[in-house]
Amino acid sequence: MQNCAIELKNIRKTFGPVVANDGINLQINRGEILCLLGENGSGKTTLMNMLSGIYQPDGGEIYADGRKVTIRSPHDAFKNGIGMIHQHYHLVDVFTAAQNIILGLDEAMDIGRVNTRVKEICDRYGFGIDPKMKVYDMSVSQKQTVEIVKVLYRGSEILILDEPTAVLTPQETDKLFAVLRNMRRDNKAIVLITHKLAEVMAVSDKVAILRKGRYIATVNTKETSPGELTDMMVGRAVTLNLDRPKYDNPEDKLVVEGLTVVDREGIKKLNNVSFTARTGEILGVAGIAGSGQKELLESISGLYPVKSGSIKFVNTDKTTVELVGKTPTQIKEIGVGMGFVPEDRLGMGLVGSMGMTDNMMLRSWREGRGLFFNRKKPQDLADRVWKKLDVVTPSTEFPVRRMSGGNIQKVLVGREIASHPPVLLTAYAVRGLDINTSYAIYNLLNDQKMGGSAVMYVGEELDVLMELCDRILVLCDGQVSGIVDGRTATKEEIGLLMTTVGGKEA
Amino acid sequence: MSDKAKKNKTPFIRLSKKSESMLDPRKAVAIRISSVVVALILGSIPILLTGVNPVKAYGIIVQGSLGNKIYLQQTIKKMIPLLCCALAIGPCFKMRFWNIGAEGQLTAGAIACSAIAIWFGKSSMPSILILSLMFIFAIVAGGIWGFIPGYFKAKYNTNETLFTLMMNYIAIGIAKWLQGGPWEGRKGTQIIPIFDRKTFLPNVLGVHCGWIIVLLIVIIMHYYMTRTKHGFEVAVIGDSENTARYAGMNVGWIMMRTMFLSGAICGIAGFVVVAGANHTLNDVVADGNGFTAITVSWLSQLNSYVMILISALLAIISKGSKTLNQRVGVPASVAEIVSGILLFCMLGCEFFINYEIKFRWSRDKDAKKSASTAEQAKNGSTDGNRSSIPANTSKEAE
Ligand SMILES: Nc1ncnc2c1ncn2[C@@H]1O[C@H](COP(=O)(O)OP(=O)(O)OP(=O)(O)O)[C@@H](O)[C@H]1O
Ligand SMILES: [Mg+2]
Repeated sequence: MQNCAIELKNIRKTFGPVVANDGINLQINRGEILCLLGENGSGKTTLMNMLSGIYQPDGGEIYADGRKVTIRSPHDAFKNGIGMIHQHYHLVDVFTAAQNIILGLDEAMDIGRVNTRVKEICDRYGFGIDPKMKVYDMSVSQKQTVEIVKVLYRGSEILILDEPTAVLTPQETDKLFAVLRNMRRDNKAIVLITHKLAEVMAVSDKVAILRKGRYIATVNTKETSPGELTDMMVGRAVTLNLDRPKYDNPEDKLVVEGLTVVDREGIKKLNNVSFTARTGEILGVAGIAGSGQKELLESISGLYPVKSGSIKFVNTDKTTVELVGKTPTQIKEIGVGMGFVPEDRLGMGLVGSMGMTDNMMLRSWREGRGLFFNRKKPQDLADRVWKKLDVVTPSTEFPVRRMSGGNIQKVLVGREIASHPPVLLTAYAVRGLDINTSYAIYNLLNDQKMGGSAVMYVGEELDVLMELCDRILVLCDGQVSGIVDGRTATKEEIGLLMTTVGGKEA
Repeated sequence: MSDKAKKNKTPFIRLSKKSESMLDPRKAVAIRISSVVVALILGSIPILLTGVNPVKAYGIIVQGSLGNKIYLQQTIKKMIPLLCCALAIGPCFKMRFWNIGAEGQLTAGAIACSAIAIWFGKSSMPSILILSLMFIFAIVAGGIWGFIPGYFKAKYNTNETLFTLMMNYIAIGIAKWLQGGPWEGRKGTQIIPIFDRKTFLPNVLGVHCGWIIVLLIVIIMHYYMTRTKHGFEVAVIGDSENTARYAGMNVGWIMMRTMFLSGAICGIAGFVVVAGANHTLNDVVADGNGFTAITVSWLSQLNSYVMILISALLAIISKGSKTLNQRVGVPASVAEIVSGILLFCMLGCEFFINYEIKFRWSRDKDAKKSASTAEQAKNGSTDGNRSSIPANTSKEAE
């Protein structure tokens, strides 16, 4: 076939006892956007890593333009026109965009020419980056753009993007999709990994589904539905429903007043933020990325220095404790649990080289008197999380670093929820999770709420926020631009609040 | 054409990191063993140059370090401080705190216990009391010597490598000054007189009982690192300081505590050397053990039990080469070169375990192999296959 760029036949890849891929057949066509869909740990990243030369398959063949090829390194991949944008970017902070783009090429460093060519590529596909900008000044989405341009600059005809939208705001996602459509028009072959079915339906031409490392089918997007895709992914009919149970008598649990924090450069990250979180309620936090969500949760849990304002925790007997000025440990002892899922999953919250058990122990290692730690409880907890959230891992001692992205996340969220804290703070709790697990997490959050916790949920998808949360606090540029009722609010209303403070454009 | 070919050439030798899952433990052991063999072969070159038969020389090394009771006891004596320092460095390295100050911490411990030996040695205090005091002072002094760089790292984020290195020179300088000044015996000798017998560690099985102390530390250290809260904290910090902070660990405090502990164990090494072996103080009391211990720690991948093996190996070479020098006159420097080669090969082999070297030709061979099989599959004839190879090689020859 003329427009078939890459064909995979019967690919197999194992990591010791773990079979990550087995019997995978896949066709990647030019002028098409192919979505790769599968639950966490179903082997999507592994499969694509074999195309980009990070891993070599244990069995099976790869054909590029009908020729059989062996891809033994990223260099080989580039020679075959394959470029991959990984979930974690590999850019040099102190270099400019252009410098990063030609890094590793044998090309003479004629920066002027590089700049013009980068500019050319940007104009052609509609990217908005300045080649002279330094990477440390860039937002996540700009860094991603640099990675994409880098791949295009090398003349790649086949682009693979691994969960690019997980770190983007809805607006940025739309922009990315516009670019992808331009590339499709340019007859490039595109593979997109994402867990968000709405995105799959919006942008792709075909969808290939993997389940537990095996290839299930490729279907035309036009002829399928999100429901059918989920069923194929999970292997049985699933119903996904999200309800918003009502808790009988909510009480104030966390009272925040006039909270102001500044970062190291002295820039205000939170400005006079006041709100109340109640028991039996999920308080959503919406806002454009970087509007102060991270700082808000970190200052409540004592990880971020507070400049002024107060954060009061209300005990069951109505007495209050001031949290400002306390260490994270003291705050945790009071009962504020933090399910914070940072962009860099392993950098904070988990220890990559340790297994699930030891990671569970991060919460309880101090318990008990004496010098020795008790491994029994974390072991039990690890077993429970393993079963309850279907974590794909050979054992609870398997280093979490080697688990798939979504499974790493399950370990983190599972641990945080397990301690049933009176206040549960979560940020991007479902980032990178497949739809089934996302719903499992939503339901767990609802359980927490009905158990009387005050839950704060920082989220990205407005649809989910509106379906799950009782109230939604909207942040804009570090200020509270409004608190709306989740039952009655409209998307437009929230969208407007996200960009305006106190009625005027921010 | 030739220009293009040049551009497309991959480098002649390339390195690629093996992914963790590709490591085959059996292969790793094989590589480690062969590195020792390679070292022995390479080491025979300098020995040959001195006109001695290398096989005989190696024989003497083994015989001269393990051959009889006396030799064995001397080898063990050499091994004790080395093993002790390696154990001390372990937790620091686990924490990714690059403590290269064991040399100084040992010296500090040695100075402190010498002070006790000099002040109270001639008093009527019973031996056991003096020894206990010496032990405690060595621990405290070594601990403080380790604590200081830990404190500055925790508070001001100073570079621990440079700091601990500097602390070495300070401790050694103090020892030198004591040796030539306040504690000097006969003026001009630069020697501190031998301490009183009461300050000598008793012998057990022919070697001073320092070996029992060190073996105890091996066991304690193993449990400390794998079973205690402290060990867990250290491991978490080594992986990610942010995670440690998030889990409520006081990173600065743990750093200082671990460095105190590390220094204290080095101090014990100093005590064992002074009270067990030297019975005096000089500026070379550490004798390079603090530095060699870094290698031992690293090679044993911070496993206490493996440290015994590695430090024994190094002690054997060190003692054996002394015998070699005495018996057949191979200069001591040559023996040092041989043990240098051995260390180099052992450290180097870790590199081969973690990285793969790919030569250009091996790549081309593989590419050809797959190309030819593809060809074969296509037209089913070996003819096309044969013709494709010369074409390729001629391109390569350019
Ligand atoms: N280097 C490795 N060593 C051992 N096992 C691995 C390694 N990389 C991946 N695996 C295992 O292979 C399986 C597939 O992982 P992969 O990362 O491809 O999943 P994925 O489909 O990308 O999932 P996610 O959506 O969660 O990112 C997982 O069970 C994972 O634990
Ligand atoms: Mg993945």
